[in-house]
Amino acid sequence: MSHDALGPQKAFEAYLADGKFMIQKSRSTGTYLFWPRVLAPGSGEDDLEWVPASGMGRVYSITVNRKREGNHNVALIDLDEGPRMMSTVSGVETTAIGARVRARIEAGDMPRVVFDPVGEDA
Amino acid sequence: MAHPIRGRTAIVGMATAGMGEAPGYSAIELLGQATLGALNDSGLKLSDIDGIFAATSGHAFPTMSVAEYLGVKPKFFDGTNIGGSSFEMHLLQASLAIEAGLCEVALICYGSNQRTAGGRLVSMSEPQWHETPYGPRHPITAYALAAARHMHEYGTSREQLADVAVAAREWANLNPEAFAHGPLTREDVLASRMVSDPLTKGDCCLVTDGAAACILVSADRAKDFPQKPAYFLGAAGANWHRSIVAMPDLTVTAASESGPRAFEMAGLQHSDVDLLMLYDAFTINTILFLEDLGFCPKGEGGRFVEGGRIAPGGELAVNTNGGGLSCVHPGMYGMFLIAEAVAQIRGQAGERQLERADIALLHGNGGTLSSQVTAFLGSENAL
Repeated sequence: MSHDALGPQKAFEAYLADGKFMIQKSRSTGTYLFWPRVLAPGSGEDDLEWVPASGMGRVYSITVNRKREGNHNVALIDLDEGPRMMSTVSGVETTAIGARVRARIEAGDMPRVVFDPVGEDA
Repeated sequence: MAHPIRGRTAIVGMATAGMGEAPGYSAIELLGQATLGALNDSGLKLSDIDGIFAATSGHAFPTMSVAEYLGVKPKFFDGTNIGGSSFEMHLLQASLAIEAGLCEVALICYGSNQRTAGGRLVSMSEPQWHETPYGPRHPITAYALAAARHMHEYGTSREQLADVAVAAREWANLNPEAFAHGPLTREDVLASRMVSDPLTKGDCCLVTDGAAACILVSADRAKDFPQKPAYFLGAAGANWHRSIVAMPDLTVTAASESGPRAFEMAGLQHSDVDLLMLYDAFTINTILFLEDLGFCPKGEGGRFVEGGRIAPGGELAVNTNGGGLSCVHPGMYGMFLIAEAVAQIRGQAGERQLERADIALLHGNGGTLSSQVTAFLGSENAL
């Protein structure tokens, strides 16, 4: 199902609700972008289409937010397609910068993309 | 070649108020006290002010609030809000406005009662929708991500981060206005509570109250005032991102662009600089800015700050008031960079006074390493 009638933020969220992690790509240049916008930042292409993300990425940086209520990590993930996104590495307190990770959609009232650690050959 | 605006304006009045804790006072009341202090310092009257430059964490329309509170009807005003670096940009905007004849007496001002009002950093900053599902605690999450990446790429250590906090405290111990006093060792910083890896409480700025204001006029008039003028020599801003997600390389800030442009505008070399006032919201900031402003090569900042190099008696005077880490940090610290530079240039910095303080570099930072503004102030000898 296409969400092309929606603005980029709403479309991204609607795809997530459908269980899909989609990112935008410029038809003319092949450049991927995240987070979703009406134009490619810097170059301005607006011939953007939604494509499924490969889901593979690498940890660019990670921190553990430590609070009395509990700890959780906040990571920046470089997607194999190029763009960077904020996320969390699931099931571990933290992981090494440079580690390979794979995306998974965590369902709920506010579905979100999280990442699981995977082996280096993934 | 230096820009024609170099040396065309000067700060002739400067004051702080409510430094540290000011129970019972609102943010704008403290701002009002600082303004009165700056006017007294300059010998000017409230009605002489015809330009207002302001930003705070609590006022959506700061120049309106300040104009009403003071009962001033400014001919020119600018409420540019780029976080803690706003005031370094206001120095540039006010100088341009004065030089263009749009106003004659510019007030640049800030006030906050963040500590006594709640004891935590307050911000009007709106959440970024693509970050919200992951619960970042800004600003520290963003700075911790930058610190972790810098450690990964360059081998920067937590010990070196701690050395930044120790140097700041040693300067603060020479400053009676500083909020944090007393001995602080590398071990103390390392042993303090981990807040967001790799940053401990000791790597984080204070949460204080505080206000500051300065009066800027044309350099042609500056010598007629009771205080030694602090001349505006140049400034430049650079802004590449809003969210830390969009910062291209977490180890390179836009100071690497604002710095060279500001140096060029002011016609200065690194060897000319007597004092560096670097916005140290977290210990990693000082390291990043020393690198990006060209005082050491990229990646060497951690090793550069070892061995007391930026502490009292060290080779390079950095954050002589004690910085945001140990002197004052009411949320938007940039106004206090100006206050310390003026004190040093006038020779009024007491026990921490530098032997030579003719040229000061002020580097403001705002958001999550987002907006970067480098400015220069100097004494008459700098002209």
